[in-house]
Amino acid sequence: MTDKDKTTKEMKWDISGIKNWGPGDHELGSLIPEAGNARYYQTGGWRTEFPIRDDEACTQCLFCYFFCPDSSVLAENQKVTDFDYDHCKGCGICAKECPADAISMHPESEFAERVKK
Amino acid sequence: MTSQLTEVRWHARGGQGAVTAAKMVAELAVERGKHFQAFPEYGPERSGAPIVAFTRISDEPIQTYSPVEHPNVILVLDPTLISSIDVVEGASEQAVVIVNTEQTPDDIKKDHDFGNVRLMTVAASKIASETIGRNLPNTPMVGAVAKATGLFGLEEVQDHMRQSFGKKFSEKVVNGNLEAVRRAFEEVKE
Amino acid sequence: MAQTEAKTLAITGNGAVSLAMKQVDPDVVAAYPITPQTDVVQNFSQYVANGDVKAEFVTAESEHSAMSACIGSAAAGARTMTATSSAGYALMVEVCFVAASMRLPIIMTTVNRALSGPINIHCDHSDSMLGRDSGWLQIYNEDAQEAYDATVMSFPIAEHKDVRLPLMNMYDGFIISGAIGPLKPLSAEQVQEFIGQAPDYPRLLDAKNPVTMGPFDGLHGWYFEQKIAQNIAMDNALDVIQDTYDRFYELTGRRYEHLMKYRMDDAEIAVVVANSAAGNARAIVDKLRNEGIKAGVIKLRTFRPFPVKQYAEALADVKVVGVMDRADSFGAPGGPLYMEVLTSLYQEGQCAKAVNFIYGLGGRDVFPQNIEDVYRRLDAIAKGEQDAPRERVYVNTKGM
Repeated sequence: MTDKDKTTKEMKWDISGIKNWGPGDHELGSLIPEAGNARYYQTGGWRTEFPIRDDEACTQCLFCYFFCPDSSVLAENQKVTDFDYDHCKGCGICAKECPADAISMHPESEFAERVKK
Repeated sequence: MTSQLTEVRWHARGGQGAVTAAKMVAELAVERGKHFQAFPEYGPERSGAPIVAFTRISDEPIQTYSPVEHPNVILVLDPTLISSIDVVEGASEQAVVIVNTEQTPDDIKKDHDFGNVRLMTVAASKIASETIGRNLPNTPMVGAVAKATGLFGLEEVQDHMRQSFGKKFSEKVVNGNLEAVRRAFEEVKE
Repeated sequence: MAQTEAKTLAITGNGAVSLAMKQVDPDVVAAYPITPQTDVVQNFSQYVANGDVKAEFVTAESEHSAMSACIGSAAAGARTMTATSSAGYALMVEVCFVAASMRLPIIMTTVNRALSGPINIHCDHSDSMLGRDSGWLQIYNEDAQEAYDATVMSFPIAEHKDVRLPLMNMYDGFIISGAIGPLKPLSAEQVQEFIGQAPDYPRLLDAKNPVTMGPFDGLHGWYFEQKIAQNIAMDNALDVIQDTYDRFYELTGRRYEHLMKYRMDDAEIAVVVANSAAGNARAIVDKLRNEGIKAGVIKLRTFRPFPVKQYAEALADVKVVGVMDRADSFGAPGGPLYMEVLTSLYQEGQCAKAVNFIYGLGGRDVFPQNIEDVYRRLDAIAKGEQDAPRERVYVNTKGM
């Protein structure tokens, strides 16, 4: 299973109607009976700029992978494959840190045209 | 002593074992089926500093936890305290005052006005040195208390010591303490 | 241990509580020492070192860490205890709120000591009163026996499925913690039978079935509803506490109530007081009753949850009530206990006259005469000879 698959996996905790849950409906002590559920909260919508990686210029140094504060650089077999645009907040740290200048930031208005083909 | 409530005040210096002795008197009271309470007047405890402790013994459950204001038994484990603090402050009428000293009550009365109390002396430090081998006046003082107040018999005190000391100390130490209590019981001067 | 059943021990308040802890043998004790609580955990650490208990003893580097360790331990399902006093409790308070909101039934002995400053090691109740809104159950105890009994009774209360809240047991620093008094302990077997096995909660810390505890819920989340749930648990605790007291009575013959009434049946004047000063009050009531003055005492036991109805009932026919606070709430209408009692009367539509007496701050002695003065004043007010003062009345103070 890739990181990309994990982000789209269904949550087991049934929270239908949670917006109207009363004091007795929640788990005791504000507990969430499932771990690692931050991924269900998609932060991609916070972006004003999005990153694009030039595969030819990329040296696969993995700096972007390590520097990304949101674990939104996806890698397989020690090679960067893609960005997790569902969670990437567009901070641009990957572009700033890339020693090969292989990552560039673009206005979010072009996202649909350039990425979501 | 026939009164229902006995209130004891201990004057000592930190390290002389007043609290241990106060506890021993409390345990003796338990064995007699009486109610009891023992507590020091708290402060920053330092070896050598003057300390005060209290013991209450009663036929009825003890409800008060405030310091003893009018003791009917006052025990002075260090004779030098007599000059620096008023050891008979608040003493009830005919309170028994026992001072650890080699002097006689009459000697002490020459220099100190203790008013209307029954003053007694016992050479507890000397007895302890000769029997236990150390200046620990607390156990002989318990023997003197037994004699002066009649709250406990000599054998009762000795039996208690055999039981409580027997587990912790060598036979020599236990026997020394038993002898110290006996001598103090017999050598109290009034 | 069976042979100790009937025997009376001569033991300090702290000794009594550490004996109870030994007999309970919790899974974990995480603690940091502070006067006058230190002997409690020191004695317990010796039980651990001697192999008398199976408990894990965690020496933390501060009370904040001690309570944090307790939270981790309790969140993994371990029976967890700690003890503290004064500044140590103050340092803990931030994490105490977390323990309560995570609904972890941690049991804590809080030996009452003044909060600084000026620095003071002696008894008053300002430490535990600081935490009255922290979501912990609070039980106040008069003497070594009550503190011992309360420690044993804590587990069935805090661990009850309708409660699941941490619990604090208080008793007076030095006055009780260091005083040698009588104790009739239970046997270890009796204690174990009374507390039973710790309930097997679902969804604890478990690497195989991970959960998320205490997460941020966003601006429009469920924090508010969780706070309401905590208050519901507090309400539930009233009955659970009394049921536990009743079950303890069957075992020991020692009767406990949310509030302990003494000669209150036809009382016209009464004092509400907590912890060790209650004994002096009972003795004074006996004296006044011999003079024909209808006086009574209510001793505080359960402070959180506060038994509003029981106070209103007990004070229904009382003309003047004196509420004695060993802590102040600066700038408030009065001390914490006074405000609770007044609110209880108001909520039930009663209007007995009430006077707030502040006493014993920083270990100031409270002698029988001081308590008698309190009652004489209440009597004069009841007879119409004096007006009830609205401002605080300070007891045994200097230069006033």
